[in-house]
Amino acid sequence: MSETNSLIQIKGLRDGLLVSLDDAPWEEQRVALLTQVDSQQAFFQGARLALDVASQVLHVNELVELRDQLSERGISLWAVISESPTTEKTAQLLGLATRISKPRPEENRHFSVENLGEETALFLSRTLRSGTRIEFAGHVVVLGDVNPGAEIVAEGNVIIWGRLRGMVHAGAKGNRNAIICALDLSPTQLRIAEEVSAILKPRENPEPEMARINKDGKLQAELWSPG
Amino acid sequence: MPAQVITITSGKGGVGKTTAVANLAVGLALEGAKVVCIDGDIGLRNLDVILGLENRIVYDIVDVIEGRCRLKQAMIRDKKLPELYLIPAAQTRDKNAVSPSDMNRLIKDLRNDCDFVLIDSPAGIERGFKNAIAAADRVLVITNPEVSAVRDADRVIGILEAEGKGPGALIINRLNPTLVKNHNMLSADDVLDLLAVELIGVVPEDENVIISSNRGAPVAFDSKSKAGQAFRNIAKRLRGEKVPFLDLDHTGGLWQQLQRLTGRK
Repeated sequence: MSETNSLIQIKGLRDGLLVSLDDAPWEEQRVALLTQVDSQQAFFQGARLALDVASQVLHVNELVELRDQLSERGISLWAVISESPTTEKTAQLLGLATRISKPRPEENRHFSVENLGEETALFLSRTLRSGTRIEFAGHVVVLGDVNPGAEIVAEGNVIIWGRLRGMVHAGAKGNRNAIICALDLSPTQLRIAEEVSAILKPRENPEPEMARINKDGKLQAELWSPG
Repeated sequence: MPAQVITITSGKGGVGKTTAVANLAVGLALEGAKVVCIDGDIGLRNLDVILGLENRIVYDIVDVIEGRCRLKQAMIRDKKLPELYLIPAAQTRDKNAVSPSDMNRLIKDLRNDCDFVLIDSPAGIERGFKNAIAAADRVLVITNPEVSAVRDADRVIGILEAEGKGPGALIINRLNPTLVKNHNMLSADDVLDLLAVELIGVVPEDENVIISSNRGAPVAFDSKSKAGQAFRNIAKRLRGEKVPFLDLDHTGGLWQQLQRLTGRK
């Protein structure tokens, strides 16, 4: 996605938009940017915006003004990239990032592994809280709880050594032999391949259970028995 | 000794953040500490109303940050407690008027000037929340015994952990012992079971909280109110005192449960 007009360039990044300005007078550029934003409200609404200002020298009041004007339009300015040390300092003063290569703290992690063998697993030794999403192209093992609002999407099996109360999707690429095990299986929802099941009442005395797709093609949980 | 900076936050709105800040500030000041509370909810300020200081506001936090006044000029002294101050939020700006580094600088100037800085966070997990936790030494997460509020608290605790602000300590607000006993409300036990963090206080449902908030005199001034007592106890715990939890259901059961749970850590 790319937009050009005389002064500004807009590019889509993985985590927001990058707007590049040139060395034309700041006031002109600011107006051009805001005009562009106003003419494409739906596109910009809620965007995270990084601004490359080339060698513009900008002071606090100028950046604050722009930041406020963008924020009034539902856009959050998070980074200002500049060749000018003064502008960089200004940006830092305002708590803005000055580099965009550094990834922001990610809660939604997508782990990818090259040469994925059949036995590749991701081991997580912590509790997954609401808002966490784990995606993995193999098995996932969690030593801890999966709280409501947390999600695990795995291409293989998912084993929770703890309480499963969030959402788990095993066999996400269509493997109907995938299984989901938990010491306490009380999820908001379970999925294996394309099967979806909203389970079950939480039990007074939970016991380890394993969910799989049974002979009739239904997603079913049963008490885990060794051997 | 430099001040302890404590942020009160929740994720969900309406669970009692502002009420808690006002009451903990009063509780700490009653104990003789010098307290500055900061309203971090820029654009939707409330803390001044609950503290009854609304009509004294001349300068606000954005004025300090943008250099229109000195820090001291924006600190409003409480009517009753001379060691309690409020730095109000701006009502005519929004969260983006302040950045996390602005907050860090402001708090740095306050640190050597008082014993406690209490920051009231806005609802949500966006800019305002990031501002509110930027300078915190310690974060108190407040929740109600309701599934939706607990879910949001869980999310907030996750973010705090990710940002290196520790898991925080938990206040359970508006617990109704009768509803809990009849299994119509989550118990403190249920909430802790899910969130697995340190519990620093349980505040019972109490209509005096609303009455006193409307009057601009926080319930912590009221020696007969159980909620007021609960807030004063939390204030003491913030000062490092060991105070037993209130017996809310008159059977001793809850207290023992709490003791067991907090001992578990």
